[in-house]
This record gives sequence, structure tokens and C-alpha cells, in this order.
Amino acid sequence: MADEPLILGIETSCDETGVGIVRGHTLLADALASSVAEHARFGGVVPEVASRAHLEAIVPTMDRALAEAGVTIADIDAFAVTSGPGLAGALLVGVAAAKGYALATEKPVYGVNHLAAHVAVDTLEHGPLPEPAIALLVSGGHSSLLLVDDLARGVTPLGATIDDAAGEAFDKVARLLGLPFPGGPYIDREAAAGDAGAIGFPRGLTAAKDLAAHRYDFSFSGLKTAVARWVEARQRAGEPVPVADVAASFQEAVCDVLTAKALAACQAHGVDTLVIGGGVAANSRLRALAEHRAAKLGIRVRVPRPKLCTDNGAMVAALGAHLAAAGVAPSRLDLPADSALPLTTVSV
Amino acid sequence: MLVLVVDSSTPAVTAALVEVTAAGVTARAQRRTVDARAHGELLAPQVGAILADVGIRPADLTAIVAGLGPGPFTGLRVGLVTAATMAQVLGIGAYGVCSLDGMGHPAAAGEPVLVASDARRREVYWAVYDGAGQRIAGPHVDAPVVVAQRARDLGVTAAVGDGAHRYADVLGLPLRDEPRYPDPTALALLAAERIRAGAPGEPLTPLYLRRPDAVAATARKPVLP
Ligand SMILES: [Zn+2]
Repeated sequence: MADEPLILGIETSCDETGVGIVRGHTLLADALASSVAEHARFGGVVPEVASRAHLEAIVPTMDRALAEAGVTIADIDAFAVTSGPGLAGALLVGVAAAKGYALATEKPVYGVNHLAAHVAVDTLEHGPLPEPAIALLVSGGHSSLLLVDDLARGVTPLGATIDDAAGEAFDKVARLLGLPFPGGPYIDREAAAGDAGAIGFPRGLTAAKDLAAHRYDFSFSGLKTAVARWVEARQRAGEPVPVADVAASFQEAVCDVLTAKALAACQAHGVDTLVIGGGVAANSRLRALAEHRAAKLGIRVRVPRPKLCTDNGAMVAALGAHLAAAGVAPSRLDLPADSALPLTTVSV
Repeated sequence: MLVLVVDSSTPAVTAALVEVTAAGVTARAQRRTVDARAHGELLAPQVGAILADVGIRPADLTAIVAGLGPGPFTGLRVGLVTAATMAQVLGIGAYGVCSLDGMGHPAAAGEPVLVASDARRREVYWAVYDGAGQRIAGPHVDAPVVVAQRARDLGVTAAVGDGAHRYADVLGLPLRDEPRYPDPTALALLAAERIRAGAPGEPLTPLYLRRPDAVAATARKPVLP
């Protein structure tokens, strides 16, 4: 609707420079510049490389977003920016940029939580989010299960990974199998031709004794080690590694645990909506398994399209729009970048 | 012409407004806070404050000058991204000046002077200026003991800057108290010709002088411990 404010969101918490523009739940622009190729040879994101890339990319990415939306910067009613969690130096570039834009246009700025933005982005695809909802956020940097009781004011963390992030496990197993970085899409592709039941890899923190203390927590370190042992045993024996079967069996183990715990949280909290976000939400098996299992429980699964699942500016704009609509006060100009911003803080 | 100057290349976070005329450059307002860990928090409110001090709006600015460093990267980028984004919105030029020049130029006193700022990791960012304030060496980043030798070779007779104070023992040069940090009026003076000419704005690329810390994964690291 034309009377809703035009919100511009900036995301720089990791290796993607994102600028998105939304009006209400309508996505108008989603411009992205990625430094992922610069990190590939290091096998992971190098913080200083990411920060340098953000500084170079921010102004041109802003220009592209404005052109895509067909608006000028003077039309923007408020800015939103990821103030955390994420890489400290990378966050700082986006936060300083948002303040520069806010200062020069004399418009307000909202410093927002990256994880809450991963939840909010789904409203661009599926409209207002019923509250409460359960959100499963899985990427190379985070693996969290949240109870979203009020997306404008605070969400309740239920569980998180106690070691590797889910996406990190994908990257490491991809490396073991000789697949490129980032590993997620390659594992997904290989797995399509493999047998998910070929190898019984462990499901972390699902035994009764673990569930007592870690009901909604995840652990992927043991799984990654099990895959490494299995592959190395094959290699030592001089046998070929069935890459497709290993990829499929590994992917099944990850998706099994993620969906089982997310749906258990829905049932325990009497919630009928599960939102999945983060880069790993683009995994085809995670989507299929979640939908298959949720259907039996009468739970609706909402997963935004893959481009909105990975880090982008639109998700930040979507959360900014939600905050503005809820009447939340904007941030002050001294708002800090906080690499460890807690989930309970949706905006600072 | 009212010009905004920002520099975040040292522990001093500086925002200033200067008037650039055909005759020269005069200071109108300045806010400076010395806090190496809070560049991101401090700079934008300081810019807002100096605009309010002088009673102007951002749209009244003619140009923006930014210190390009060298300086510790994380803080340095805050000033550059602030300048670049504001200039983009306002449709005005942003001009970069080596931050060390903002100390070396005003420090000119007839004899060569060393400017050194703290580069952390027991090194300094440094440059040497002749008696008229022209840079004749640098900017570089080196250990103070290396800088001491180079300064002797260049006939330096005095040192300025927070890095010179920090490593005074190793440098063995007479110290001057001021300028301790880049002087915004000097930075504007060094960009004044470009401002008066209405030269096109420049991409503000930091003088990093160091490569990013990163270890290339040349061999596959074992996943097992
Ligand atoms: Zn993310």
C-alpha cells in the first residue's frame, strides 16, 4: 500500500553486501554484492577481506537497489541496518553507512538483529507472520531455534548449536568429498543421485540423555567427524568413496535432526507455524522433509525462496518495516555494531 | 563553501566543518573524541553536532574531505564510509587526503619532520615531510627501530603524532606536542584546490599498507583433530 513507509535495509554481517527496499510486505529491490569468491581459496570467510569488500560495494549496491525500485534516496522514509550478530569489522561498515545515509537524508535509522531479520523476510513472501511461531535459522554462521512471540520486541531462543553451525558442517563435509566452497549447494546436488539410507551417520543430541539437557540444541561436530572417519577408512582401504551416497546420508542426518527438533518445539509450544530461514533453508531435502513431517502434524511450514533465505538487504528492510509498523522507536545515531547481539534484542 | 571533514585513522575520531574560500580555509566547528574502540559509535553523532553548532543542514554542504589513513582498518573505514555515503546522498564530491599529511603539513617548520601514528602490533604508520610541509617519504608501516634509521637518513630533526610519542625512546627524536592527530583544517587545505575547482569526487580507498590477515588453504586441512 502506498501509505506504508518506504524502508531501505542494509546487511553487511558476513560476506554479502545487501541493500533491499520494501514497502510494507512488498519487496521492491534486493541488490547484492558478494565477496564469496574472494574467500573460496581460504575455505572460509576471512573477516578483513569481507570488510574491505563491503566498503567498496556499499555505494554501488545502494545505487543498484534504488534503480531497481525506481525510487530516489529522498523517497526513503527510514533506514534499517544489521547491527549484529556477525563479524565485527563487517558489521561496522554497514552500520556506518546506514548512519551516513540517515544523517544526510535526516531520516531515522533502525539497528536490527540479523537473526530476527531472517524471520521477518518471510513476510515478503507469505504475508504477516502468525505469532507465536517457531523459527529454525540455519546457515554457515548460525543454527538456532526460536520462539517468535513478538517479532517487533523480542524473540525467545529455545536452542542453538553447541559446536559447528549447520552450514559449516556442509562446508567441511564438502571439503572432505573434494567439493567446492561453499559446500551446501554441491552436497545437495550430489545427494540427489545418492542413497540417503546407505550409511547410518549419527544424529547429534537426540539420545534420551542428551535430550534432557539439550532438547532444542544441535551438535554437528560428531557427525562431521563420523563422516571424516568413514571416508578416510575407505581411502585407507584403497576403495572408491561413493560421494553421492555419503552426501545423501550426511544431508539426511542433518535434516532429520533439524526438522525433528523444530517440529517438537512447535508441538511443545502449541504453535502451528514453522518458519525456516538462513542459507541452509535453501537445501532441497530440508524443505521436503520439513513439509512432509509437518503435514502429518497439521503444522504449516513457511520457507522463503532461496534468494531471500541467504543473507540480503531485503530481510533487514522487512524487519525495519515491521518495527516501523509496530511503532517501535528508531535507534540513536551512536548505535553500535555488536558482534554478539543477543537474540532477545530485536532492535537497538 | 562549507565543507565537512572527517578522520578516523587514529584513536582521535574527528568531525569538523570548515569554510573554504578563494582566500583560504577557516575552521568553523570541530568535535574530537579520543577513543580507539568507539569510532563507529562516535563519528555520526559528532557530525550531527557540528552541523547543529553552525546551524546548517546537510544539504548546505559543498564537499566532504576524508582522511584516507593509513590507520587501523576497522576504525579507518568508519570515516570513509560515512564520507562516501553522505556525499552520495547529497550529490557532492568526496575527496581523500593522506591522514599523515594532516599532521605533516601543519608541522612544517623549515626542517624535515617525522610523522608517526600508532599502527598497533608494535609498528607505526609514518611519513617524512620537508621544511615546507611536502611529503618526501611514506606513507609506510614499519617497526619504530626501522623508522628511526630512515628518519636519521632523511635528516629529520623532530617528530610529531601519537605514534612518535608512544615510541619516543626508540625513535630518539625531539618530540613536538602538536599536532598529535590529523588536523581537519589542514586536511581541507590539502583538498581545497579540488574543492574550489568542483573536481569530480573520488572513490575513498583506504591506505591499508598491510595485506589482510588470511592463511590460504594451500593443502587440505584434515577435518579430524
Ligand atoms: Zn544470516
